[in-house]
Amino acid sequence: MQAISSRTLVDIAAKKLASGEVSAVLGWKKGLFNYDVTPAVFTDEKDLAENFVYTDFCAANLSKYLVNETKKPEYRADNRKILVFLKPCDTYSFNQLLTEHRIHRNRVYVVAVPCNGMIDLTGAPYEKCVNCKSKKAVVYDELVGENGEVIDSNRFDEVERIEAMSAEERFAFWQNELSRCIRCNACRNVCPACTCEKCVFDNPASGLENKAISDSFEEKMFHIIRAFHVAGRCTDCGECSRVCPQHIPLHLLNRKLIKDMNEAYGEYQAGAVEGSRAPLVNYSENDIEPAEAVGKGGNNA
Amino acid sequence: MQVSEYKPRIVAFCCNWCSYAGADLAGNNRLNYPAEVKIIRVPCSCRVNPSFVLRAFQRGADGVIICGCHPGDCHYTSGNYYTRRRMAMLFSMLEYLGIEKERTRVEWVSAAEGAKFAATMNDFVETVAALGENKRLEDLRCKR
Ligand code: SF4
Ligand code: SF4
Ligand code: FES
Repeated sequence: MQAISSRTLVDIAAKKLASGEVSAVLGWKKGLFNYDVTPAVFTDEKDLAENFVYTDFCAANLSKYLVNETKKPEYRADNRKILVFLKPCDTYSFNQLLTEHRIHRNRVYVVAVPCNGMIDLTGAPYEKCVNCKSKKAVVYDELVGENGEVIDSNRFDEVERIEAMSAEERFAFWQNELSRCIRCNACRNVCPACTCEKCVFDNPASGLENKAISDSFEEKMFHIIRAFHVAGRCTDCGECSRVCPQHIPLHLLNRKLIKDMNEAYGEYQAGAVEGSRAPLVNYSENDIEPAEAVGKGGNNA
Repeated sequence: MQVSEYKPRIVAFCCNWCSYAGADLAGNNRLNYPAEVKIIRVPCSCRVNPSFVLRAFQRGADGVIICGCHPGDCHYTSGNYYTRRRMAMLFSMLEYLGIEKERTRVEWVSAAEGAKFAATMNDFVETVAALGENKRLEDLRCKR
C-alpha cells in the first residue's frame, strides 16, 4: 500500500496557501499524544508545518465541517477556497453533501489522500476500516498517490447474522446494545448526513430532546429515528459507530436499511454519484409490497 | 380455547380520499369492525411520518395499520408509492429490532371498498390480539 507522509500533504497545502488560491486548510492536527489527533482549520503556513499530521489516527471524516466552514464570510469574501483532505470513504460523504446542496463545490479544493485503514488508541483497526467498502476516491480536485478500487466487502455479514435470529433474540440483542446509550448525541453530531439546521432531538417540545433516557422506549425511538432519517443518504462512513462512547454498533442499524434497500429497489451507494436519487425519495410502480419486504430472508419466529 | 378480556388497541391511519371514505362506507353499510380500531385521518397515506407510527406505539397502540388509495390511485398521484417504500423499510427495521412484524401493516382500501375495510380491520385486530399486548415497544410512562 501507499504510504503518504504528513510532509507531502503539508507541502501541497502550503503551496496553495502561499499562492492565495485557498484561504484555509481543513486537516488533522496533532494533540498531546500521537493518538489524539483532532480536525482543525489551518490558516498560516507555520502552524501547518508544525502541527498538521496524517497518520493512522486520522480517522475523522472532515467533510461535514465544510458545511459550516464554507459559510464563513472570510472564505466567501474574495472567492477563495478552503482546501480539504479527504480519505476515499470521506469523499462519498462529500459527494452526498453536494447532492443535498449543503456545500458549494466551488468554495472547496478537495485533495484526496489514500488510506490504509485507521486505528483507535489501543491500536485496533476501526470496524469501518476492517469492513472498508471502497478505496476509491469518487470526487477530488487533486489526487495524492494512486486511486484505489471499490471493495467487495463483507459488511453485511453481521446484519445477516442478526436477521437469522428469532424475534425474541433480536429484541434482546438490541435491548442490550441500545440500553447503554447515554444520549450524548455524538452519533448525530458527527454524521455527515445529519445536517438539518433544526433537529427534532433538540426540540424540547418533541419529547425526544437531548436528555438522559428514562424509558426503554425512548432509546429505541431515538435510534430508529436517527437511522431512518439517514436512510438512503447514509454513505456507511462508519463515523457514528466510531464516536459512540458506549460502543453501540450503530452501523448495524444503518446497514440493515442499506441492505434492505439494495434488495428491494436495486443496488444503491449513497455518495457514489453526485446528484443521484436516494431510494426513499424515489419509487417504481412495481415496487414490492411492505408485507413481502418485511423479514425477507430472515427468521420470523 | 381460553376466552380473554384482552382487547388490542389499534391505530389506523387512513387517507382522506380513499380509505377514510372506505371506512365511512363500512359504517353506512352497517358492517362490523371492532371499536378498538382508532382511525386517524390523514390527507394522504404519505403524510404518515415514521415517528407517527412510533408515537402510536408509545401511547399504547398494540398494532398500527396504514391505509391508503390503491397504488396508481393516490389523489396526489404518487404519495402512496412513497408510502409503500417508506413503510416497507420502517417495518423491516422494526422487525429487525425484534418487534413482531404482525403488529404493522399497510393496506390499500378504496372508497368503494367498505367491505374490504371491515374485513381488513377484523383480521388485523384478530392477528394482533393473538400476539397480546405490545411489550417490546411500550412506554411505561404512558401506561394507565
Ligand atoms: S453516540 Fe452512542 S451513546 Fe451517544 S447518543 Fe449516539 S448511540 Fe447514544
Ligand atoms: S449514519 Fe453513521 S455511517 Fe451513516 S453517514 Fe451518518 S455517521 Fe456515517
Ligand atoms: S390520497 Fe390516498 S394515498 Fe395519497
